[in-house]
Amino acid sequence: MELLRFATAGSVDDGKSTLIGRLLYDTKQIFQDQLEAVERTSMQMGNEHTNLALLTDGLRAEREQGITIDVAYRYFATPKRKFIIADTPGHIQYTRNMVTGASTADLALVLVDVRNGVIEQSRRHAFLASLLRIPHLVVCVNKMDLVDYGQEAFEEVKAEFREFAMKLDIADLTFIPVSALHGDNVVDRSPNTPWYEGASLLHHLEEVHIASDRNLIDARFPVQYVIRPQSDEHHDYRGYAGTIVGGVFKPGDEVMVLPSGFTSKVASVDTYEGSVDEAFPPMAVTMRLTDDIDVSRGDMICRPGNQPMVGQDLQAMVCWLTEASKLTPRTKLAIKHTTRAARTMVTDLQYRLDVNTLHRDESAEALSLNEIGRVTLRCTQPLFFDEYRRNRATGSFVLVDETTNATVAAGMIVGAGA
Amino acid sequence: MTTTYELSDLDQVEAESIHIFREVAAEFERPCLLFSGGKDSIVMLRLAEKAFSPARLPFPVMHVDTGHNFPEVLEFRDRRLAEVGARLVVASVQRSIDEGRVTEETGPRASRNRLQTTTLLDAIGEHRFDALFGGARRDEEKARAKERVYSFRDEFGQWDPKNQRPELWNLYNGRILRGEHIRVFPISNWTELDIWEYIRREGIEIPSIYFAHERSVFERDGMWLSDSDHVTLLDVEEVVTRRVRYRTVGDMSCTGAVDSTAATLEEIIGEVAATRTTERGATRADDRVSEAAMEDRKKEGYF
Repeated sequence: MELLRFATAGSVDDGKSTLIGRLLYDTKQIFQDQLEAVERTSMQMGNEHTNLALLTDGLRAEREQGITIDVAYRYFATPKRKFIIADTPGHIQYTRNMVTGASTADLALVLVDVRNGVIEQSRRHAFLASLLRIPHLVVCVNKMDLVDYGQEAFEEVKAEFREFAMKLDIADLTFIPVSALHGDNVVDRSPNTPWYEGASLLHHLEEVHIASDRNLIDARFPVQYVIRPQSDEHHDYRGYAGTIVGGVFKPGDEVMVLPSGFTSKVASVDTYEGSVDEAFPPMAVTMRLTDDIDVSRGDMICRPGNQPMVGQDLQAMVCWLTEASKLTPRTKLAIKHTTRAARTMVTDLQYRLDVNTLHRDESAEALSLNEIGRVTLRCTQPLFFDEYRRNRATGSFVLVDETTNATVAAGMIVGAGA
Repeated sequence: MTTTYELSDLDQVEAESIHIFREVAAEFERPCLLFSGGKDSIVMLRLAEKAFSPARLPFPVMHVDTGHNFPEVLEFRDRRLAEVGARLVVASVQRSIDEGRVTEETGPRASRNRLQTTTLLDAIGEHRFDALFGGARRDEEKARAKERVYSFRDEFGQWDPKNQRPELWNLYNGRILRGEHIRVFPISNWTELDIWEYIRREGIEIPSIYFAHERSVFERDGMWLSDSDHVTLLDVEEVVTRRVRYRTVGDMSCTGAVDSTAATLEEIIGEVAATRTTERGATRADDRVSEAAMEDRKKEGYF
């Protein structure tokens, strides 16, 4: 069975939690005891209907305030696919949580209240989805019941959204008219929208083609851990363990190790079950080489004819994730990129992006919590990277404050050079 | 043969878990794998074996022993760890009681569940563990649904759900100060059904109490609890013999059995796929204390 990871974004009033509750409920993923607990709590809180949002709002503070604060992960399966939902809060003050949830998603689901049209928040969600290179974006135009399931209202929102989305780089954009509260077009197509000819949300999630979203061209293997059993049986074994993040590796392939630049051949690709004929993303394997060369954690195994960029200077978009400090030129931080750790300094803040209007403010002097901007970084050691748009694994990094150890920024590499 | 270069859902979560094990082994000085003998920790042990094969586990395995264990599980633990060649560390709740670190609860509903937190945190301090692998899954419970893969704990072992480190892509931040530690949950993204399907696929042995068997039980709070020296019966409670199995393995005093005739893995998977209650809701008195029972215990440093 295939696995689809998707992220949802929306705020309290969009009915996002209700929509997820509906998906789980209608696909019978909600268990009796969970439902009973939610019914009990709904009654105590004086809600008129069973509040399906309570299924996903798991923390005490969230239930008290009736909001989603943090990313919650949900799981469900149909006979066709298994799904992992990263359910993220929509409000601007939780942009960092949305970025977190979206970072691993294959698809983003954005909710728009049909009565309000494309508001600032919808634009921000669409932008973040494109920034994080989520290949598929689904816009659920919600609360169709409140406009008598009118096609015109739906088309208006769709046109408005499309116009904004033209400015973004979104590969696949789909619109679905729904009512999360009543379940229209969520699992089954609704008789209330005979004019809508597309699939229900669930059907779309089951069918959307994701297999070609991975990079199977650029062979990339960041070395994670060196396996050297101290046993008689495997006395001479020296294997490089890691996860394939791009391309395909086969025994006999000529490879190059960075930073040394030494070349060798793949002797075998090992797993617990034995050697395999080929390895591709996201397999976790152990690679052995025919030559005894120096390879350690943080090194990158690639092909001599297809190498990543190598350098200490990076151009990147970063999202600042903390309120405790700001990003300014000369800020020094720890950087984690693939399996490599280094220190880095912000050498330039080129602009701050207004996530609502996409306006670039070149006079900005700092990035604060939830702000996104383009920076130049200089690292203490060379990194081996690709553009984020080409490879999410070799194009992403996080920045960590060396004093507090907090993760303070998420970065997406745009290119090399100062 | 042509290949589509696709991994099944189970292979994908397996690969993710192996990646996490290796990342921790590479970045921490003193990791440790928590092992209860339950199905999740058994799967964890297999994943750890896979991550470092053909070498042995580069860290010890720790069992927090409440003294109220199912004998079948203890026997299983010792045999399985010997096969893997893993070093076992036992953190004993009884010892914590004897040393006056915790006070045993009294009354018929007394449980050592909450006491384990002190025993666990003491052991972490004593052995100076800086990363603990736990087998918690996000589908188990709503507070766990919010937990990171690397879950930061301060010097008091506390979890602060409102101030968790953002966790992006598969870039985990393992930086800590002395005395702090990280709880690592490699099987965060597995579901209960995944665990069972994996056990079947891999042919992994599990303790016998997971399969239907005759047992002397009594009913309490809608669950079948095993009659043992560790529980005191209330006047109204009556011991009967029933055909049951366990869906989770915890302390004998608070883990309930469910009526079942499932004697094989196939039958268990059929039962899990069709069941309408969560494993913790059905079988764990420790989670029923309140809506936020798990969140509250986790904040204190529970698993």
